[in-house]
Amino acid sequence: MKSKTADRIATGVFIAIAIIIISILVGLFSYILINGFKYISWDFLTTPSSNIRAGGGIRDQLFNSFYILLITMIIAIPLGIGGGIYMAEYAKPGKVTDIIRSCVEVLSSLPSIVIGMFGLLVFVNTTGWGYTILGGALALTVFNLPVIVRVSEDAILAVPRELKEASLALGITRWHTIKTVILPSAFPSILTGIILAAGRVFGEAAALLFTAGLSTPRLDYANWNPFSPQSPLNIFRPAETLAVHIWSVNTQGLIPDVEEVSNGSAAVLVISVLLFNLLARWIGSLITKKITATK
Amino acid sequence: MEKLAPAKDRLVKSKQNWVDGELRGKILVLLCAVIMITATISITIFLGTKGLQSFIKNGVSLIEFITSTKWNPTNQANPEYGVLPFIFGSFAVTFLAAIIAAPLGIGGAIFMTEIAPSWGRKILQPVIELLVGIPSVVYGFIGLTVLVPFIREHVGGLGFSLLSGMIVLSIMILPTITTIATDAISSLPKSLREGSYALGATRWQTIRKVLIPAALPSLLTAIVLGMARAFGEALAVQMVIGNVRNLPTSILDASATLTTIITLNMGHTTYGSVENNTLWSMGLILLVMSFAFILLIRYLSSRRKL
Repeated sequence: MKSKTADRIATGVFIAIAIIIISILVGLFSYILINGFKYISWDFLTTPSSNIRAGGGIRDQLFNSFYILLITMIIAIPLGIGGGIYMAEYAKPGKVTDIIRSCVEVLSSLPSIVIGMFGLLVFVNTTGWGYTILGGALALTVFNLPVIVRVSEDAILAVPRELKEASLALGITRWHTIKTVILPSAFPSILTGIILAAGRVFGEAAALLFTAGLSTPRLDYANWNPFSPQSPLNIFRPAETLAVHIWSVNTQGLIPDVEEVSNGSAAVLVISVLLFNLLARWIGSLITKKITATK
Repeated sequence: MEKLAPAKDRLVKSKQNWVDGELRGKILVLLCAVIMITATISITIFLGTKGLQSFIKNGVSLIEFITSTKWNPTNQANPEYGVLPFIFGSFAVTFLAAIIAAPLGIGGAIFMTEIAPSWGRKILQPVIELLVGIPSVVYGFIGLTVLVPFIREHVGGLGFSLLSGMIVLSIMILPTITTIATDAISSLPKSLREGSYALGATRWQTIRKVLIPAALPSLLTAIVLGMARAFGEALAVQMVIGNVRNLPTSILDASATLTTIITLNMGHTTYGSVENNTLWSMGLILLVMSFAFILLIRYLSSRRKL
């Protein structure tokens, strides 16, 4: 009978652990959303932030976050998918492949602050650009690349062998097979993975502190010339993102309404990441349905 | 009429196009792979040379750097560069966070795979995915506004402490540990479980005597990966740990880690000064540690038997 009791106790403990994990999440989310929703208003989202006075918004930070994400993805997606194709289709087992695999592993386990320091050294000081959006995006690319490589490699390896073999049997070359058969059928999983990675990039701050900087110049949203220093589209201007903003108002800010601004920003950040998650699931299932014609 | 070249030429030409396309494709993806290698090597070289400058150029003694507990770089007459308190702080929060997160994470994994494989997994899996998605500054911010005051009022001390850092980090690394542990346990062969149940073992006995030992190397890998993440985490820890330069004497003392000192001081020290160079040396320690974690994981996965 003793082992039966032990079994029951253990089961109870495991259920308790699961409840603890769930309540941590529920607690965190309800705290962020309940506290943050109060401060989110159209005004909050569309006024520029203030360094000293209360009542600043997050307009520029929000724009910067999305803009840096966009630039990062423009650089990282082709590189990442290319790397994934190489690993899945071209790499022969051997020393070189082992080295590349180790590189991916090293890159993915580097702390983001170390990547930020590398960015500071190379994209800020060596190039002489100073704090720029491009520098931030390049640092985030380093941070993001291994994720996309891994996602695309897995997606490509999961494509049924028959598809590839049928295409090769028709006399189609390898590259053409990759372009027209393998990539389209691996596309849904790659896309889902990329959107999830985008959520991570959106909330990243440590790698951006020293590369995109802690300030934003006065922006003029009517100015669409990407070479003008006031233009929001200029990639050679410093840009504080939303995540960096939360950190900086809490640790070095002077504004009296720190609590309001950071609660609101945290809620916006978490809601955005949540939307990325939902979008990834939704697009994934939508495309799978469309391609495989299953319900 | 010049459009219609003889069929023979057209065939040869399209063949040529094919070969060109093939080669171009191969070069393109090879280039992507080369860029990854270049990135890794250049990170190592750049941070390595920059991190060694404080020892080579500024003459800071490596032994003093690692073993001295006195950090006083701004003292004009007698600057001291001992980072032991920060190294200690980094290791302390990392181990403490792992001690909390490992049982929770592995317990959660066992719950998902053994206790309630159907509905439990359906609930816990999205929960874990959402926890991964919360940005680290948000963890830091909640730690700062909820955890720190709570500890100050109910436990003691200033609130900014190793304890706060440990709790924030343990929640942050929980999803990493849970995900990998779940994969490890669910990939164990079914025959192991069935064999154990057939001998009359209870579920707990099966978990304790069969499943955990069989998955042990993978479970350790999960914990090490979690620790690697904790070791390198910067902003969330920086917001709750207090950032003092003394060696902490209790878990309620404020402390500092390598990452928090780098985050705090990198912005307002002059690039190229001795103090700034010592920050790069701390970055080099972080880099070396993340290589060490990878080697540890390699070693563990080579011991995986199943």
